[in-house]
Amino acid sequence: MSVVTAEGLSLTFPGDVQALKDVNLSVEAGEFVSFIGPSGCGKTTFLRVVADLEKPTGGEVRVTGLSPEEARMQRAYGYVFQQPGLLPWRTVEGNIRLPLALMGQDKHVMAERVASVLKMVELDGFGTKYPWQLSGGMQQRASIARALAFDAELLLMDEPFGALDEIVRDRLNDQLLDLWRTTQKTVLFVTHSIPEAVYLSTKIVVMSPRPGRVAKVINNPLPPDRPLEVRESTEFLAVAAEVRNTLREGMD
Amino acid sequence: MLAWLSRSVLPVATIVAAIIVIWYAAAIPMNSMRTYMMAPDDAEISFSELVSDTWSQKKPQLPLPHQIVREVKKQATFSWIWKEKRRGYKRSLIYHTWVTLSSTLLGFGLGLVLGVSLSLAIVYSRVMDLSVMPWVITSQTIPIIAIAPMIIVIMAPMGLTGLMPKGVISMYLSYFPIVIGMTKGLRSSDPILEDQMKTWSATAFQTFLLLRLPSALPYLFPAMKISLAAALVGAVVAELPSGARAGLGARLLVFSYRSETIPMWANLVSAAILAGLLVVSFGMLERALNRRLGFRTAGEVSS
Repeated sequence: MSVVTAEGLSLTFPGDVQALKDVNLSVEAGEFVSFIGPSGCGKTTFLRVVADLEKPTGGEVRVTGLSPEEARMQRAYGYVFQQPGLLPWRTVEGNIRLPLALMGQDKHVMAERVASVLKMVELDGFGTKYPWQLSGGMQQRASIARALAFDAELLLMDEPFGALDEIVRDRLNDQLLDLWRTTQKTVLFVTHSIPEAVYLSTKIVVMSPRPGRVAKVINNPLPPDRPLEVRESTEFLAVAAEVRNTLREGMD
Repeated sequence: MLAWLSRSVLPVATIVAAIIVIWYAAAIPMNSMRTYMMAPDDAEISFSELVSDTWSQKKPQLPLPHQIVREVKKQATFSWIWKEKRRGYKRSLIYHTWVTLSSTLLGFGLGLVLGVSLSLAIVYSRVMDLSVMPWVITSQTIPIIAIAPMIIVIMAPMGLTGLMPKGVISMYLSYFPIVIGMTKGLRSSDPILEDQMKTWSATAFQTFLLLRLPSALPYLFPAMKISLAAALVGAVVAELPSGARAGLGARLLVFSYRSETIPMWANLVSAAILAGLLVVSFGMLERALNRRLGFRTAGEVSS
């Protein structure tokens, strides 16, 4: 089943800035799809259209078979932003509880969900801390836990690890891969990093700028079980080279 | 303890000491005119006589700290709060400070309600945003002393006299910082958090309650401190044209007619102490609330 489909999707911002032009794409359930490309290629805009944070000016998008607005109203997706976006006056637990409370869940269910997602992102024991008491990586993990809390099938992630250093980033990539394998969620993941895209994805969407469009969709042949060492394998390097070459062509 | 003393007490004490030294020095030339006027024409006045006279006059141009302290101590008694009168006026400073405090608090409360309501209207309605703000700013360019008698005259036929018009006059000054601070605060919420709330399909009211209001508090509290001080100024000014016989402002006016400078200064000092106490106690409330809300306070370090 297709979780996200886009047909002839276009978006022109006021002032005639064409952020997306004729994007056709289909994402199947359980896929991990990375969007990569230089700034201005529309990868974040595409994610925001799926999330109904931007309205397309042409074409059609379906999210879990619904319009983006309907999908948002039904809370069909969890969204992780570039910054952790935690409310500073709420504890980690309080932050994770927030979307659940908006959905009117009862206290016991909330406490259970909070405990289970904190465990998933290895933050158990940090629930009563305030965001500023955590490191950047921990804050981003708390943000991911919050997106997982209401158990939506679809996870939208906009460069969630972009602001973190490489050591933390590698570790979080590894954790994210584990999470995806165990929860079987569909993930749309925006990134600037070629190794990150190749390491995580089943499918890599390479985009090019002005106007933002899909340059090529590359299927990743790597097996789902990927230890960190996979990054030195010839298969990995071949996929990375293909992504790099496509990016270079798109720039010309 | 010693470190704390040298860090926080010493600088303040140094400044206070310097002010007192300058004060006593300045009093000698400022009060000397009277000394020479009162002395016989051919009198020789030595420096020590000059000093002792300028520091102990009954109606000096510049009253000295010890005279003011003595006057405050004399007037700030509890025993005559409600009873003893002098030439038709109650004498106790505590009584008059209480009168002024009550209209200050009323004015501050009214100003808070008006200010917050206006800023909500400004933030949530585009028409209000475009139309109200210029009037709010214009309102503050009109001197309060000109508005005050009009407010009293307008309110009297409605049966509103005494505390109410004074509160309204005080409100006229105190609502302004609230409108400015709260409007800024309500617009200060992080765009990412606004988007985040939208992805959870939160209603406008939920977004207001859970995101915008808490984001506005760090702007509202400093605005409330300024507003408190402004409310006190408004309350004192309100007592001038209202024919009030009680309150620090009314007393100030009476003493200034009689050029009784020492009691005047005692009133001024009382007003300053009152303002200081109000702002400090409000600051304590703010810190407690910030802690409760988990806002980071100075001195705490991230792990």
